[in-house]
Amino acid sequence: MNHESLWSIFINASLVNNFVLAYFLGICPFLGVSAKLETATRMGGAVTFVMLVSSVCAFGIQALLVAVDAPYLKLISFIAVIASTVQLVEMFIKKFSPALFRALGIFLPLITTNCAILGLALFQTNKGYDFAQCIVYALGAGAGFTLALVLMAGLREKLDLAKVPDVTKGTAMALMLAGLLSVAFMGFGGLGG
Amino acid sequence: MASSTNSGTDEFIKGLWKENPVFVQVLGMCPTLAVSNTAVNALAMGLATASVLVMSNIAVSSLRTFIPKEVRIATYILVIATFVTVVDYLIQAISLDLYKALGAFISLIVVNCVILGRAEAFASKNTVALSAMDGLGMGLGFAFALFCLGAVREILGAGSLFGIQLFHDSFQDWVVMILPSGGFFTLAGWLLLFNWIKQRKAGKHETTKLALTGEAIR
Repeated sequence: MNHESLWSIFINASLVNNFVLAYFLGICPFLGVSAKLETATRMGGAVTFVMLVSSVCAFGIQALLVAVDAPYLKLISFIAVIASTVQLVEMFIKKFSPALFRALGIFLPLITTNCAILGLALFQTNKGYDFAQCIVYALGAGAGFTLALVLMAGLREKLDLAKVPDVTKGTAMALMLAGLLSVAFMGFGGLGG
Repeated sequence: MASSTNSGTDEFIKGLWKENPVFVQVLGMCPTLAVSNTAVNALAMGLATASVLVMSNIAVSSLRTFIPKEVRIATYILVIATFVTVVDYLIQAISLDLYKALGAFISLIVVNCVILGRAEAFASKNTVALSAMDGLGMGLGFAFALFCLGAVREILGAGSLFGIQLFHDSFQDWVVMILPSGGFFTLAGWLLLFNWIKQRKAGKHETTKLALTGEAIR
């Protein structure tokens, strides 16, 4: 069992070991959805929510798998749960808030293949967090993902107005920006211990 | 998308260069960046992904008439997850050091968009033999790209390649290349190179024209 304090878990997951900029998880939506500030914020919210739900589910599954002694089923059951969670969330939002459903659009089903979510489920079991720690870890990771996405979107909106050579347009430019952001986030090293 | 009349060799070659998953399609970024800090790690990760890709392509292609359309993505993911579990245990058995270095990223091959992408775009529509060739080509293309990144990062960041020191002691390591940000910078550099080559190829005619008009103005 791990005895990190909840506060240090949150700081660690959101800033020091930011999922996007230090662990390279969820790069695809990070590069794909970060062109506009508004969609970036919404995507961050949706991902945080799915992270929270799947983190709770993963905690239950891990307990179950340990009980029946079948660790080799971990990966398969995690991915199945995440896929069905996303599906469930999609149906839920569609039923109760059609406006939000339309706003999220294609991003919702795409969350299934977001490695940040599977990564979160795997890391929390590797680290042996208890239930409260899992929830805080998921919240921290979601906050970190949203922060990185929003920062990136802000930078890219400004970049649209800048004059850059043709060769660097598109992904190459986005990657260089991400590299600089990652350097900036290294400044948080040592916080939270 | 290549038509099914293409021969196996064509499918193999296209993954290596023309439709290289990392440099051209920019897919599967997460493992590409995360484990490419040394050449050995990058190569191991690339080969692990390639083997999963070949096996899942074969499985999906041979099951393609049985899988109902509505649940195909879920089925593909379960097929992939099975093979990833196999590879995960295999690496653990072969080399524990490597397993520790790659960490959770072996499991994360499941959500590598390259694999699901090939299953959906190619293996679900083509014969088993063609899908296997496609998987092999794409997989080796992926491994090649990972190796390019890993080699550059290791040479600049640690002054070595495959653990062998290349430079004199006076070489100052570029620590930033080993750190996460180095991954972004190196990939950006490779993409720039690819874009530049592509532009030169495509725009050779136009550039000469531009150069001529430039001369005339001067």
